[in-house]
Amino acid sequence: MTIKETIQEIISEFSSFDDWMEKYNYLIEMGKSLPVINEKYKIDSNLITGCQSRVWLHSEYKDGLIFFTADSDAVITKGIVNLLIRVFSGHTADEILSAETEFLDAIGLKDHLSPTRSNGLLSMIKQIKLFALAYKAQQKAV
Amino acid sequence: MNSLIDNIRSDFPILLQSVHGKPLAYFDNAATTQKPNSVIEAISQFYTVANSNVHRGVHLMSQQATQAYEAVRQKIAGFLNAASSAEIIFTRGTTESINLVAFSFGEAFIKEGDEIIISTLEHHSNIVPWQQVCLRKKASLRVIPMFDNGELDLDAYRQLLNPRTRIVAVNHISNSLGTINPIKEMISLAHEKGIPVLIDGAQGLSHGPVDVQELGCDFYTFSAHKMYGPMGIGGLYGRKELLEQIPPYQCGGEMIEKVTFEKTTFNELPYKFEAGTPNVADAIGMGAAIDYLGKIGWDFIRKQEADLLDYATDKLSAIKGVRIIGTAAHKASIISFIINNIHFFDAGTIIDQCGVAVRTGNHCTQPLMDRLGILGTIRASFSFYNTREEIDRLVEAVGKVKELFN
Repeated sequence: MTIKETIQEIISEFSSFDDWMEKYNYLIEMGKSLPVINEKYKIDSNLITGCQSRVWLHSEYKDGLIFFTADSDAVITKGIVNLLIRVFSGHTADEILSAETEFLDAIGLKDHLSPTRSNGLLSMIKQIKLFALAYKAQQKAV
Repeated sequence: MNSLIDNIRSDFPILLQSVHGKPLAYFDNAATTQKPNSVIEAISQFYTVANSNVHRGVHLMSQQATQAYEAVRQKIAGFLNAASSAEIIFTRGTTESINLVAFSFGEAFIKEGDEIIISTLEHHSNIVPWQQVCLRKKASLRVIPMFDNGELDLDAYRQLLNPRTRIVAVNHISNSLGTINPIKEMISLAHEKGIPVLIDGAQGLSHGPVDVQELGCDFYTFSAHKMYGPMGIGGLYGRKELLEQIPPYQCGGEMIEKVTFEKTTFNELPYKFEAGTPNVADAIGMGAAIDYLGKIGWDFIRKQEADLLDYATDKLSAIKGVRIIGTAAHKASIISFIINNIHFFDAGTIIDQCGVAVRTGNHCTQPLMDRLGILGTIRASFSFYNTREEIDRLVEAVGKVKELFN
């Protein structure tokens, strides 16, 4: 599935929710079902700053594709990270770098995009794109 | 009682708003209080009919603006019972006031090997400026320890006071836990050893009267926006004798007496510390806020806020899994709590969805959170315009949080 297709799928999932409780319930479920990150990757250098809750994001490069794992101490944040992983993990650096992130508006998470100290959703996306950029630079250097 | 509160609430247009489709219950008063119509109108009125730069203008409007601005200084002096209005310096707020004292007092009095005492309860604004002075002057920062209930250890404080101590800087009321510190006693203990004391009054001026002469403090810092006035204005009370001995903080117009390319002499107090065009409109707004507090009256404010604190403490303590952080004997209407196994960010997000505005996180007191062994709290801070019914909605929201996350 392409990044665009996953985004479409998420938007349609969110459009089926009638009220905010359902939406947050879903995010909480997503948070609880986030695959467990290997403890050895929960290190300071993987910590994303700018979040009220702590978020660790780890990336791996395999056969030209980038894979993400993550964790957070807050469940809603984990749910949001899980959405981002679903969108971005398993794609090439170019695909990740060119992906639009406006879908977060469409699913009503715009409130979480505050550039200040909310949950640092912007910081997470920035970090995902930075990883992609770094892998791309590495590839070129080889 | 209720119609009285309804009347008061109608003074605050913002309280009529809805958030997430629910009526707003605003419990973030320790971050900033809402503004009554009289404050909003005073600011608007200044720009509508009176805007003019103050001091040294010969034209009528400038003179009137100057009079209005200086009248607020007088009003603040009266509000704090300062000996003279020359002891009231306008600043952008508490943070700037503390920076002013840390810099100017530091320049005049702090040297290598000296000590500055602060407390575990301090806001970053009353830590970082002193840390920077210590770095510049090779002085060291000493910290008054705290008991688990959020009260400062006064015996330890006595031990910390020593001949190398140059100044003590502590808050009047803890923004995170609500603890009201025994500042009168702390000031006299320092004064016994000839050590001046700065009180961070950011949370102090909205909950009850402050008499700087009775307290005997050397500096008292405050922000208008935490006492129903506008943002971007506040002040510093400083004992004249000390203010005269310390150098200016910022330089520019207004604060000078005579300038040549070779040398500048500085203006007298309070102008020596007020460089540049001041924030006249908001100063006038601050004056209106003081008038408003006078109209409501401390008796009512204290009674109402104590009732809200007691009610919230009882209701929240009764919820299984909720732990109140900070149980000092004397507290202002600020209550911090955590919910077992639920992150404050998760809780705050859901509470917000219920139309209740609380603050979550470390409240700019990271060292205090480290001392408590937690990352942050959920903080509800009440004003006299809040109601028990609103607290019921907070309690309901906490119930919803537990239902969702457990």
